Amino acid sequence: MIAGQEYRKLDWSLVIAYLALTVIGWVNIFSAVYDQEHATIFDLSQRYGMQFIWMLTSYAIAFAILFLVNPKIYSTLSGFIYGFSLLLLAGVIFLGIEVNGSNSWFQIGPVRFQPAELSKIATTVALASLLSKYGFNLKSPRGIITTALVILTPVLLIIMQKETGSALVYSAFIFMLYREGLSGWYLAVGMLAIVLFLVTMGISSFAAVIVLTAIMTIVRGVTGKYPLRHFLFLLFFVPAMIYSPKLGELPFLEGIDDIHPTWWLAVVLMPALFYHFYKLFKAKMARMWHLTLVFFASLMLIFSVQFFFENVLQPHQKARIENLLGINVDLHGAGYNVHQSKIAIGSGGFMGKGFLKGTQTKFNFVPEQSTDFIFCTIGEEWGFAGSAMLISLYLFLIIKILNSAEKQKDNFNRIYGYSLASVIFMHFLINIGMTIGLMPVIGIPLPFVSYGGSSLWSFTIFLFIFIRLDLDRRK
Amino acid sequence: MAVELKKKNILIIGLLAVALVYLVQLFNLQILDQEYKITASNNAFRYDVQYPARGLVLDRNGEMLVANETSYDIMITPIEVKEFDTLDLCKIFGLEIEEVKTKLKEYRKNRRKIGYQSFPFVKQVPAQQYAHFHEKSWKFPGFTSISRTIRSYPFNAGGNLLGYITETDTAFLRRNPDYKMGDYIGRTGIEQSYEHILKGQKGYNIFLRDVHNQVKSSFSDGKYDKPAVPGKTIISSIDANLQQYGELLMQNKVGSLVAIEPSTGEILTLVSSPGIDVSKLAAINKHYKEISSDPYKPMFNRATMSPYPPGSVFKLVNALVALEEGLIEPGTSNSCYGGYNVGRGMGCHAHPSPVDLTESIMMSCNTYYAIVFRQIIDNPKYSSVREGFERWRELVMSFGFGQKLGSDLPSEQAGSMPSSQTYDKIHGKDRWRSLSILSLSIGQGEIGTTPLHLANLAATLANRGYYYTPHLIKGSPDTLINPQYTQRNYTLVDTSHFHKVIDGMFKAVNSPPGSGATARIAAVPGLDICGKTGTSQNPHGKDHSVFICFAPRDNPKIAVAAYIENAGFGATWAAPIASLLIEKYLNGEISREYLQEYVTNGNLMQNVPIKKQ
Repeated sequence: MIAGQEYRKLDWSLVIAYLALTVIGWVNIFSAVYDQEHATIFDLSQRYGMQFIWMLTSYAIAFAILFLVNPKIYSTLSGFIYGFSLLLLAGVIFLGIEVNGSNSWFQIGPVRFQPAELSKIATTVALASLLSKYGFNLKSPRGIITTALVILTPVLLIIMQKETGSALVYSAFIFMLYREGLSGWYLAVGMLAIVLFLVTMGISSFAAVIVLTAIMTIVRGVTGKYPLRHFLFLLFFVPAMIYSPKLGELPFLEGIDDIHPTWWLAVVLMPALFYHFYKLFKAKMARMWHLTLVFFASLMLIFSVQFFFENVLQPHQKARIENLLGINVDLHGAGYNVHQSKIAIGSGGFMGKGFLKGTQTKFNFVPEQSTDFIFCTIGEEWGFAGSAMLISLYLFLIIKILNSAEKQKDNFNRIYGYSLASVIFMHFLINIGMTIGLMPVIGIPLPFVSYGGSSLWSFTIFLFIFIRLDLDRRK
Repeated sequence: MAVELKKKNILIIGLLAVALVYLVQLFNLQILDQEYKITASNNAFRYDVQYPARGLVLDRNGEMLVANETSYDIMITPIEVKEFDTLDLCKIFGLEIEEVKTKLKEYRKNRRKIGYQSFPFVKQVPAQQYAHFHEKSWKFPGFTSISRTIRSYPFNAGGNLLGYITETDTAFLRRNPDYKMGDYIGRTGIEQSYEHILKGQKGYNIFLRDVHNQVKSSFSDGKYDKPAVPGKTIISSIDANLQQYGELLMQNKVGSLVAIEPSTGEILTLVSSPGIDVSKLAAINKHYKEISSDPYKPMFNRATMSPYPPGSVFKLVNALVALEEGLIEPGTSNSCYGGYNVGRGMGCHAHPSPVDLTESIMMSCNTYYAIVFRQIIDNPKYSSVREGFERWRELVMSFGFGQKLGSDLPSEQAGSMPSSQTYDKIHGKDRWRSLSILSLSIGQGEIGTTPLHLANLAATLANRGYYYTPHLIKGSPDTLINPQYTQRNYTLVDTSHFHKVIDGMFKAVNSPPGSGATARIAAVPGLDICGKTGTSQNPHGKDHSVFICFAPRDNPKIAVAAYIENAGFGATWAAPIASLLIEKYLNGEISREYLQEYVTNGNLMQNVPIKKQ
């Protein structure tokens, strides 16, 4: 479809970054599964042999997307693509095979395929088409609800496959929505929720309430006219809140020592809240109303987290979060992967041990070494230098996509680009984060690098559609 | 536009912040933190593999059949070997000095490939030599010892059932990447079938080395060690005492003896004679030559692998097929004057005539079954001989014949079951009649059944129409039983027909003298044994002696098949052997000392033709 010389205008830097990542992936998969008994490089019984095939086919797919497929079809057929992917997602729940406790794989002959990978692209195409429609307003309630439906339907189907990790990736779309006009408050509130969740789990709901009050006071102070007053409030009230349960020891309150410490907190907090409400009704400021809403919503979150944790999460997910927060560390159980992974990476030192020289790799101490924990092999054999290089390569890729997306004249293309960057970022954040112990263990692949056909194919398609869309701007 | 640009930049700043945090953490792990830091050279850690103890095997009453014994492997890590007193080492382990020298030379040649790997140098060292070595081990740098468990067999029974363990070979490793060189795997029998339960999980201990390659200490006080998880214990359905008694009865005979508990399908006893002594299992490699050159092939499990013509016991199946097809009823009588004289005909022994269904079984009349079988095949209900035969075949196969029953004996074979195509090949397409295949009426001809099939037939009769797939394991909370072993498999013959045949089996054993009953020798007062003899003609010499039975008649506890090669009439050897086994199981003792003496003294080995290898 591209005629003559136009291919020269392709964004070759993205193509080269892509090729570099896939080659890095293959080299490290080779190293992760290498042993002397299977010394031939293209042994198809070994993962590196299979990955080589996945790479070649991915390149063929990339070629087809660049040169054979009319890029108009993505926006034209977006509804069909999205519908088809939902159908696959629903189908796999009943027709799929079970792998590691989740029903998310189709098996066709010897090939396994995970529709959750492809549905990211379908959802992106659907969102890009929806948001770029003439007259669509993201800020209207109707706009928000349709957008949420488009994102949450596949999420729900993926959760039903017990693939919570893959479902989590869809939260990446919030970055794209932020760019497309969603208020920054949503991002901020989202992060607040995560912090409160972690504090509730890691310390207690009591501590979470104190943290919440402190954050609220700071925001109120910084955005209002009296920062000093708020600072003084912090200084006196935070210790007061921390020591509030001591109230129960007062002689005239001795009868009521059986209640949850949080109630004492409420006693201390009450005067401040009354003051806040007094001001609120007097001043009638919309901003303060939002703040109040967020405060009470956060309180609800804190108290439902414990419930959520006990009743909703699966035991292995609970264990992983507990492990991340340092609670209940079981080095031979759930914490085992992360500890072995940290040992492997830590043992790499500055320059690494060198290709095929990783000991942790040889003895299979890190599970899933060629898939989810591939970063371990990189950290062990290529050291800090190699890890930093890989991280830089991702930074380059993501920033390049963001910049180029911003320049698009067509809204569809821009939204597509932002979604692509956001999804790659989310995988990068979670995958590398878990191997170095900063994120809970959530089994999602490192884009372009981890072993696996479904993942490599779908990220290839995802990226090259964007490169092709971008070409139209350049020519 | 400016706002959007700002938003893009905020996102990029967020991205950079995450990257920075990650880089700081990596810097922390890889450069600052000493706990996660191992020197860049490969050898700071040494991983000592901890081999798990393999699971035990108990019999149904808790008797220990397979246990573990500790032995030691002396390991060599070639890269750590320095000058040492070769002669001294040879003395400790009784090795040839030349042998050691060539080994060391080979390691030196491949030192690049080997790296820091260790290999077994001397395997399965007895405790005494190990102690000797341990004392002097400082003199032999690069040599270490690891303890392994090998199998021991406290109870002498069931050599062919238990299987043995050997070290993995290259072909196996290629197919099973989970295993490593030096691991043990189960071969044949229970060891193979339940490998996944018995093997347990390997672990390791991590040690640190200093710059001089000496092992210094356990890493982080063993915090990162992984203990080995021992294999789980298997409770076998075998009754060890009965198995042992069965082996005693079968001594100096070639053949099989199989006993099944009909109400569960559990195999109580499975003897293949001559079998292998458990004392040879533990060190099977040492006895390998001796075993493989034995002309009677003791490793060959006849009970599950050898297809024989079933002989007259198969008349029971034909009777049931005819009953199901509505061709006969208990009162149906046929005359017999020394044989069936149509076509090539078929002889019969002398007995009163005519006989009804019960008497036909009791006296094992050939003529009766020649007539009945022709009725089945030439049934006017079906348009052709072919169709009649296919229906017969379908009903017979519903008893499990001609196919693997699906037991947990890895060696189980399907036997053989002729099809229409088989006869097309012999006689030409559709050029065969009921007369051409008449030998099937008395269990001769193209049909081949294993003794396990016959024991299963006895269990099916005992259950009046269904069987549980025979198996060697009793389920326990640790080792869940295959769910298919708890499902009833019904035959295509209605359960209401079975008692008519069982009447005949009862009378075959429990009739008064002079009545013409074939299996009176098997009778034990009070046990109500029901049985059927068989005398199977075969091209390899004297007839095979066959007997299947179950007892008691009501609520049966045990079903037995005995198949003795080249031993003559069913009543001569197979019936007494099966009968003694039942008496032992149900009464715990033997009332007929003379019979037991007759059986255990009997030596039938010379009857069996030996095939030259």
